[in-house]
Amino acid sequence: MKRRSAFFSNLSALVPALVCVFALNAQAMDIRRVVSAGGIEAWLVQDSSVPVISFSFAWRSGAARDPAGKEGRARMLAALLDEGAGDLDSQSFQRRLEDNSIQLGFSANTETFRGNLRTLSVNRDEAFRLLALAVNSPRFDPEPVERIRSQLVVNLRASQEDPDTIATRKWYSTVFPEHPYGRPNDGTVDTIKAITVADLKDFASRHFVRKGLVIGVAGDITAEELARRLDEVFGRLPSSRPATAIPEVAPANLGKIIVVRHDVPQSVVLFGQAGIKRDDPDWYAAYVMNRILGGGGFSSRLMEEVREKRGLAYSVYSYLSPFEHAALYMGGVGTANARVAESLKIIRAEWQRMAEKGVTEEELASAKTYINGSFPLRLDSNRRIARLLVSVQISRLGIDYIGRRAKLIDAVTVADIRRVAKRLLNPGKLTVVVVGKPEGLDESK
Amino acid sequence: MHSRRGFGLTGWTVLRTSAACAAAFVSIFILSFAPVRAAVFNPETFTLANGMQVVVVTNRRAPVVAHMVWYRVGAADEPAGKSGIAHFLEHLMFKGTKTIPPGEFSKIVARNGGRDNAFTSQDYTAYFQIVARDRLDLVMRMEADRMRNLILTDKEVLPERDVVLEERRSRTDNDPGSQLYEAANAALYLNHPYRNPVIGWKHEIERLTTEDALAFYRKYYAPNNAILVVAGDVDARELRPLAEKYYGVLERGPDIVRDRVDEPAHHADRKVELRSRRVRQPSWSRTWLAPSYRTAKGNEAYALQVLERIIDGGATTRLYRELVVKQGIAASVGAWYSADSYDMGSFGVSISPRPGKTLEEAEAALKREIEKLLRDGVTDEEVARAKKAMVARAVYARDSLRAAPNLFGRALTTGRTVKDVEAWPERIAAVTREEVERAARALLRSRRAVTSVLLPAERKEG
Repeated sequence: MKRRSAFFSNLSALVPALVCVFALNAQAMDIRRVVSAGGIEAWLVQDSSVPVISFSFAWRSGAARDPAGKEGRARMLAALLDEGAGDLDSQSFQRRLEDNSIQLGFSANTETFRGNLRTLSVNRDEAFRLLALAVNSPRFDPEPVERIRSQLVVNLRASQEDPDTIATRKWYSTVFPEHPYGRPNDGTVDTIKAITVADLKDFASRHFVRKGLVIGVAGDITAEELARRLDEVFGRLPSSRPATAIPEVAPANLGKIIVVRHDVPQSVVLFGQAGIKRDDPDWYAAYVMNRILGGGGFSSRLMEEVREKRGLAYSVYSYLSPFEHAALYMGGVGTANARVAESLKIIRAEWQRMAEKGVTEEELASAKTYINGSFPLRLDSNRRIARLLVSVQISRLGIDYIGRRAKLIDAVTVADIRRVAKRLLNPGKLTVVVVGKPEGLDESK
Repeated sequence: MHSRRGFGLTGWTVLRTSAACAAAFVSIFILSFAPVRAAVFNPETFTLANGMQVVVVTNRRAPVVAHMVWYRVGAADEPAGKSGIAHFLEHLMFKGTKTIPPGEFSKIVARNGGRDNAFTSQDYTAYFQIVARDRLDLVMRMEADRMRNLILTDKEVLPERDVVLEERRSRTDNDPGSQLYEAANAALYLNHPYRNPVIGWKHEIERLTTEDALAFYRKYYAPNNAILVVAGDVDARELRPLAEKYYGVLERGPDIVRDRVDEPAHHADRKVELRSRRVRQPSWSRTWLAPSYRTAKGNEAYALQVLERIIDGGATTRLYRELVVKQGIAASVGAWYSADSYDMGSFGVSISPRPGKTLEEAEAALKREIEKLLRDGVTDEEVARAKKAMVARAVYARDSLRAAPNLFGRALTTGRTVKDVEAWPERIAAVTREEVERAARALLRSRRAVTSVLLPAERKEG
């Protein structure tokens, strides 16, 4: 079936109500580049149909910056930024958020540190004031620091027996033995206990800088006002600070099969090998290929072979995982201990089939219509639009990316996928971690 | 609630998100509720000649629609010994009809750029697609088709039963916390079918057959037992002809009377305890049977929602402020209330100790807070703060295509009306301090409750 897909007429424009068939057009999503007097840039999708503002931002520094022995630092900092700032102690700060229905949160993953603010537009003065305080003058009073520390320790303890957590930690420490990517973003009980307030301040002073800061905003705010708010919140930050480079790294110990014995009825299996970086010319071919192999819900080959035909699993999937300095192609399955070997055999066979034969024209066409048609369906709220604007900037895709995306996907050919599948997929190079009591599986020595 | 594809709380998420307990699910829905003065979503409604109710929530922000069909049937309607059949049938609804080959339903939706899924709870089963507006006709045709024309054979059914058993392993059997929740739930209800897990007991799932699924399907899947909810870039005038064309022509099924058994009087205190080597952090919780919206007298359910917000609305409300911040006894503490079930609801509190404190200390501290609340009541300021925060959530809920159809579907399958949803903010705003205190005392002094304790195994030293 052929049709034009894509999406979003100008968000504030009225959509003609009686037209029954029309082309959704992503190119029309109106993103404005807003630059403040102080030179801070944000992307804005203005829409006043609901009196809400979503304001998201990110720095390109995350848990990979945690020093050895202080793993978990970035996440602990993220948990403490809304626990008191400026003249407001933790309870006063939280009370202002709650009483004004302002939602403010911070998070850290391996390579980014993110903030998300959401407010009713009527409360925006207070919202931006509190955000500015959290970013510029967090207090780190002893009570919240020790309270948050204890919560992180408790979370770590609670997850120590969780098969997914065990599998993830084992996989990354095996494949990146000498690199920050191999260390847990959450840290360990010991490293969380070792983190000091000076460590937290060290991260903030090095990485909360204007260089590398990206901002996405959606909702009920004008460009003029946003420009002013950008300086209020971020204008006092230093422009940049030197940071040590994170080295490039290739995944190590590929092809290993590792079993972590754990007393559960269902084994949790995580597998992966080298992948493809986001700026690789073959990224889009790999992206479409993955949709067909294991990224496509009920349309994927792994789902068809493992779940639909044989009932071996409830969940089986694959995904591309690009980092700044490495790239992975990952997948997973959860299956009864007695059926791990069979499931893995089928997954490897699909890996091999894709590497050798690629995809059919029909599969390719179906994947494209899904990818291009479903992309805009997710952008149904200011919050999601703001977060997308941040992600696009973090990936350095350009302000015209959302309009270009459908063409990039449509340009992928069967030959492109064959080339990238041959390059990426090699079942013998899959490193597999199994947490459970799998039967009939040969472990690597 | 269990969804076919993912573990998502709302059924909207896809693979790889983590499992959720019922309590978490409930609290998210309460938080995402949409209170505002007067009407919230301004839906249009009509009913087809065959009894199928239709709700339309127009939202022209983007040329997209969310199309949902909700059935007034869930796990609590299953025949004895067939636990899990409602959820199993939900999976099997993707297996094909005369016109749609097995396994093709979701693929067709995907080929048309759409997303689809389904989910099952104690009281309802729902199917949805999110598509561009010009695909609404297609998904309505397919959804109407499988309401009456499902074909099931052992070839498709038996592997899917294995899938459901794997789903059960990953949700419940792999996780001691979920196993304890399942046991506590079975203890909380002495007689009512809410005691059975939605996904079913393992030994009963293993024996479900194609004929079981078809019998359940024939009885409950009919337009007079279903509700169509469509939200997005469409209004009733545009939708009505399509609804009549696809759903209006379907034959009525038998009239369904939802007549579930009642709970007897509860005389004994119940406590369930699970000790496991797979537990490292202990926790304690207590869950009471509570009124639901439908079973409550007056506005007791609304008063309990305000109560829940007063004790667990954030870092500055009672439980967290006193037990986590001031006393430093707990690492976490929480309360939840589920008002939107067809029969009785439930209300719970839970606590987990900080390192260096024992579970007994945490439990005692939580009980002291509850006693204090029962003794001294709550303040006018607490009531006002809670209500203001709840009402403000309305605006946020309108910033989403999905909140409205979920809220209307849940309401209409649990004995409430469109008007009840639209009036929610007014009813919350009308709650008084006295009503909160009265509801709290009636509930928290009740014996219709179960205590659950999750404990690490005792470890041998050396």
